[in-house]
Amino acid sequence: MSNSRPNNRGALLSGISSLGRRVNDALQRLGFAARFFVMLLLYSGQSFRRLHLTIRELYYSGFQSLLIIMVSGLFIGMVLGMQGYETLQRYGSAEALGVLVALSLVRELGPVVAALLFASRAGSSITAEIGLMKATEQLTAMDMMAVNPIARVVAPRFWGGVISMPLLAALFSVAGVFGGYLIGVVFIGVDEGAFWSQMQASVDFRYDIWSGIIKSFVFGIAVSLIAVFEGYDAVPTAEGVSSSIKSTVVQSALAILALDFVLTSFMFREA
Amino acid sequence: MSRKLLDLWVGIFVALGLAGMLFLALKVGNLSAGNFADTYQVTAKFANIGGLKVRAPVKSAGVVVGRVVDIHFDAKDYEAVVTFSINESYHFPKDTFALILTAGLLGEQYVGLDPGGDEKMLQSGDVITQTQSAVVLESLISQFMFNKASEAPSE
Repeated sequence: MSNSRPNNRGALLSGISSLGRRVNDALQRLGFAARFFVMLLLYSGQSFRRLHLTIRELYYSGFQSLLIIMVSGLFIGMVLGMQGYETLQRYGSAEALGVLVALSLVRELGPVVAALLFASRAGSSITAEIGLMKATEQLTAMDMMAVNPIARVVAPRFWGGVISMPLLAALFSVAGVFGGYLIGVVFIGVDEGAFWSQMQASVDFRYDIWSGIIKSFVFGIAVSLIAVFEGYDAVPTAEGVSSSIKSTVVQSALAILALDFVLTSFMFREA
Repeated sequence: MSRKLLDLWVGIFVALGLAGMLFLALKVGNLSAGNFADTYQVTAKFANIGGLKVRAPVKSAGVVVGRVVDIHFDAKDYEAVVTFSINESYHFPKDTFALILTAGLLGEQYVGLDPGGDEKMLQSGDVITQTQSAVVLESLISQFMFNKASEAPSE
């Protein structure tokens, strides 16, 4: 009995101190991430002077994600077409299907799902690439040769992702609208004229489409930054790289959904 | 992969993405030549606007001629001030009548313009004086019930 008291206190103290250490580590990492972001922006000019590096990344993270983005968009559009018709025809307004499909894709699903797919398809591979370069000391070697690894490796991958994201989100929405058209008009038989004209009447360029493009641009910055940072900050071992890849996907998904909430509440406050 | 081939594929990707945005703007959205046309702004005061919202259409003879751009409350006259922009190519006489109408029984509300016979046309910044407020269902029902109640004793 008399012994247990100091033990309890010791456990409590070590609990508090480990909590403090974790908070400290997290804050330190956040500070490093901020410094890393500023360095990334500073060295971007230097990396744009060798534009083919960024173009190469546009190919690997943008062009190669095209297929999965378009196919997923098509399926999501088809599901929206089916479910939307199912609900709308109960209220006798099946013609509003075009509005439902287009608005949900352009405002929310396009940017969000495209960004989630992009994070798991391209973000994870960027983290793996940079993390492995770090683990095999290629980044250090570059530094030794007076080649800045942020300008040479990190910045092109970041900008490749930032540029790709809005384009991919737009194509996702296009594929989705086409999928909704396919199910709604071609298979179910909603009137084609009403489908397009009601869509055009209620989708506003500045309010809906432009907001969607801004959203996907913000998601592109978030996902690319998380991907390159996780790679650059990876513990240079096999386990370290694999856990960085995992946390890229997890953190990107969380960041996308949280940012989406914030942006939506700013953009669509008054409908 | 050679740099030329890489450039080609990236070029295709970027062109496709921009074409997608253009498709969204033109085919899905309402960004057509009509939306960039010049507009002039006219205001009207209503005693009650019902459920009218900003960006609601302004129609004349059923054709959309403009959009509501601003709604605010005038604390001096206790009236709603509705500003709408009308396409420059449509002109309306000075004594045009502005009404708040409902599309269908429970549909969205819009502003209807009934042209008058004045020689002078509405200019930018003009105020439409003749207006008719939105029909509020509750007051309509209570009016109907009062009429019924007053009819009853005479029988």
